[in-house]
Amino acid sequence: MSKIFPKSANALPLQILIFLGVLGGVATAGITYYATPAYLRVGYQPVQPVPFDHSLHAGQLGIDCRYCHASVEKSATSSVPAAQTCMNCHSLIKAQSPLLEVVRESYRTGDPVPWVKIHNNPDYVYFNHSVHVNRGVSCVECHGKVNEMTVVRQDKPHSMSWCLDCHRDPASRIRDPKDVYNLDSQTLADQGKIADAHKFITDWKVKPPTSCSGCHR
Amino acid sequence: MRYAYYTLAFVTVLLFSVMGFRGMISTRPPIEVFPDMDHQAKYKAQAESKFFADGRADRPVPAGTVPFGRDANQSDPAFLRADDAHYAGKNADGSFVRGFPIEINEAVVRHGQGRFQIYCAPCHGALGDGNGITKSYGMVATPTYHDDRLRTMAEGEIFNTITAGKNTMFPYADKLSPDDRWAVVAYVRALQRSHHGTIDDVPPDQRGGLK
Repeated sequence: MSKIFPKSANALPLQILIFLGVLGGVATAGITYYATPAYLRVGYQPVQPVPFDHSLHAGQLGIDCRYCHASVEKSATSSVPAAQTCMNCHSLIKAQSPLLEVVRESYRTGDPVPWVKIHNNPDYVYFNHSVHVNRGVSCVECHGKVNEMTVVRQDKPHSMSWCLDCHRDPASRIRDPKDVYNLDSQTLADQGKIADAHKFITDWKVKPPTSCSGCHR
Repeated sequence: MRYAYYTLAFVTVLLFSVMGFRGMISTRPPIEVFPDMDHQAKYKAQAESKFFADGRADRPVPAGTVPFGRDANQSDPAFLRADDAHYAGKNADGSFVRGFPIEINEAVVRHGQGRFQIYCAPCHGALGDGNGITKSYGMVATPTYHDDRLRTMAEGEIFNTITAGKNTMFPYADKLSPDDRWAVVAYVRALQRSHHGTIDDVPPDQRGGLK
């Protein structure tokens, strides 16, 4: 009676198990790399109705973030400016530019400019801008160097683990309050003033929540 | 067995070349892997509404109303912004207030300095001389604060200019609360005073640093 399986088939179950192990490893690595906001969200750069250039306005001209995003210090939301804010200058500067027709139309009619929102937190996240910027967390920590972006894109993943990185160790990310809106400034830790950062955290009672209900309701 | 590994390697390379790296620029909205409750039936700030005809979830302030939220039973000038001197910069006879309806101290002036540098300095310049960054881009008519017309202008009129705008300047009432505006007026006064200061204005013990 001849053999149905060759002798090498004896090793096959082990080889299949090893292959499945490798396959599982590759799949895990792929999901870890791709199925997170670091891949899915970072780099999102939608086409906006007006080609507003942050690197010109915030970078070259040195206009403060708060000139347009005026409610950031007082409110949970950092407001997108009304068309009137644009018209403060553009009623005189480049007043006939066809690129600004959408803004002029919005100013005339009151209908909002259809800006595309880039940083979309899930609706169960209750992020508050004012508590962050008033406690030494700079715009740049979450939005990247917007003052160097011609077209704004998402620069940081805004995933929960990314939030917690800072909530568990605020001292390493905090800036001097006067540097919060200076996107080229360094954190106190990077300036070698980690002791100042710890003092700030104590004095200003910076206690970032790490429990669920801190950010989710 | 060898071919299984070849296939895996091929699929991996294929996936990598299709998916690319983290942080790549894309104009398409992000894919949501688990969109559970990410989009709830509620309005967020400055969001779109399907209910209102103009599509805005943020409703405009109805005409003829003022912000509410204080105690109506107590005599509070902030209630309904009843105090014209404080909230309009005007006296009862309609003339502009001279002096300040709020207490001016160093904290107020420093607050005004901060607000001034954000909202006023782009056109009026950090020194109030009208040489802000916008001048080199075509806004050439910005006046200096340091001539007699503006130095003798009533505080209430400066307040009114910030509130309502003037000539080519648009109103800044949406960005500066009434108390912010008074703080800015105080800082404008400080700028004017410093521009016309003499050595006699400096305390004697600090003159050494000003040679």
